[in-house]
Amino acid sequence: MADISKDEVKHVANLARLAISEEEADMFTKQLSSIIEYAEQLNELDTEHVEPTTHVLDLKNVMRKDEPKEWISKDEALRNAPDKQEGYFRVPSIME
Amino acid sequence: MNFETIIGLEVHVELKTESKIFSSSPNAFGDKPNSNINPIDLAYPGVLPVLNEEAVNYAMKAALALNCDIAANTKFDRKNYFYPDNPKAYQISQFDQPIGENGWIEIEVNGEKKRIGITRLHMEEDAGKLTHQDDGHSLVDFNRQGTPLIEIVSEPDIRTPEEAYAYLEKLKNIIQYTGVSDCKMEEGSLRCDANLSIRPIGQEEFGVKTELKNLNSFSFVQKGLEFEEKRQEQELLSGGEILQETRRYDEKTKETILMRVKEGSDDYRYFPEPDLVPLYIDDEWKERIRAEIPELPDARKQRYINEMELPEYDAAVLTSSKEMSDFFEVAVHHGADIKQASNWLMGDVLAYMNKHYMELNELALTPEALATMIKLIEDGTISSKIAKKVFAELVENGGDPEKIVKEKGLVQISDEGQLTEIITKVLDENEQSIIDYQNGKDRAIKYLVGQVMKATKGQANPPMVNKILQQEIDKR
Repeated sequence: MADISKDEVKHVANLARLAISEEEADMFTKQLSSIIEYAEQLNELDTEHVEPTTHVLDLKNVMRKDEPKEWISKDEALRNAPDKQEGYFRVPSIME
Repeated sequence: MNFETIIGLEVHVELKTESKIFSSSPNAFGDKPNSNINPIDLAYPGVLPVLNEEAVNYAMKAALALNCDIAANTKFDRKNYFYPDNPKAYQISQFDQPIGENGWIEIEVNGEKKRIGITRLHMEEDAGKLTHQDDGHSLVDFNRQGTPLIEIVSEPDIRTPEEAYAYLEKLKNIIQYTGVSDCKMEEGSLRCDANLSIRPIGQEEFGVKTELKNLNSFSFVQKGLEFEEKRQEQELLSGGEILQETRRYDEKTKETILMRVKEGSDDYRYFPEPDLVPLYIDDEWKERIRAEIPELPDARKQRYINEMELPEYDAAVLTSSKEMSDFFEVAVHHGADIKQASNWLMGDVLAYMNKHYMELNELALTPEALATMIKLIEDGTISSKIAKKVFAELVENGGDPEKIVKEKGLVQISDEGQLTEIITKVLDENEQSIIDYQNGKDRAIKYLVGQVMKATKGQANPPMVNKILQQEIDKR
């Protein structure tokens, strides 16, 4: 039985930096629980002899050579920055 | 109550590939801020990372040199967190299938050898660099974003801060020998976090550990751990408890200071990186990389002892850095006597480096010049005393020893006639010393030798001076 608590919903929202109201928290608790419950149907399958899949594409070892390339200039890199100073991106301080 | 200390170390090493791990931006230190970035590093919508093959080769080389097993099936995962040093809001790292596991290195502390396990070595990308200003803002330079990193996690095998220091020195040395990183702590290409816990002797389960950050040198790691060991002991003995917290080492007060208390485990919500396909490392690839690993420090040290017949201490000092060892090998290759080259490096060269806080590659002295200078001593062209003058010139300004000796007129005087003439003059001027010597005062002969050296500006051949002086005195 997939029971997700309201506290878990709030915790996950906080980790994702989403501000949600009490009403939304109640709503998401119900919705997330039913989503997980739906997905749990997969547990009914016997996967004992199936290798875990970590990627949906049947590809391996896609790599590039170690060759540096210029792509954009420093000015272009900073063009869309909301705030900048002396070649740096400028952001509000985040104190730990 | 007596306690046992348990230390674990996490070391991050930047790999010196030409380009970044998931983008083709140049990987370089010290460039103008935000000059080595592209839309992938900046996490623009729709961009895709592509793995740099050389970064995998380098990580594998380091893992093999540290005796790790290499995973045949490996992959990348997302580690989610919000911080302005990373525009993607996740770091591409490796979670449950690291490229290397179950490694070890051997350390030596106070003559005792000990094996320290390495739990895992995984690949990841470095983040950008933040500069905090006092105006409520931080400045971000993304040049470092995407630099290939390996994180090396030790087993909780380290028992003393001294062992922690020895482990770091050895780890750095081995990685430098492989050539995958320069491991410069001052440039951040090697960084270390340490954790420490204590437990009453005999207790099986570990105590609560604290993590130390902001450790800017190996000796600060050792000092920080020493402080932390005592602090935890005092805390427990006075009935307090240890909290799982992150502390930083303050270099001025030599104390560890609380940064933050950890509230439960970090919730990074790891999941497989959907933008990168899995990596499969077959034996052919693994063995090709293994074959590229050069002689490592322990093997080199043994060769110096067994084949070059150097004392163990000398072999240890010479191989303690790749730079020193390579310098020594080139000098010997250019014909320098092994013992002489070793003595000069361990003596005058190291002393000069320590006095001026310089690295070997910053000196004007080349291994070829050192070899030539040693040969000039051996064939009697210069005395070992004059060699100190030649060395001083070589280490400051470089150049060709033979030329320096000629231009400065430092060639040793070994001409018997010329020396006899000088000695006769010195004896004539110092009759009292001859009398003193004949009355049994041995010191008098040293004074006379000194006078001859003074008269020849130190260029007289010392064994010949001794011989002729004796002869001339006996004649009188």
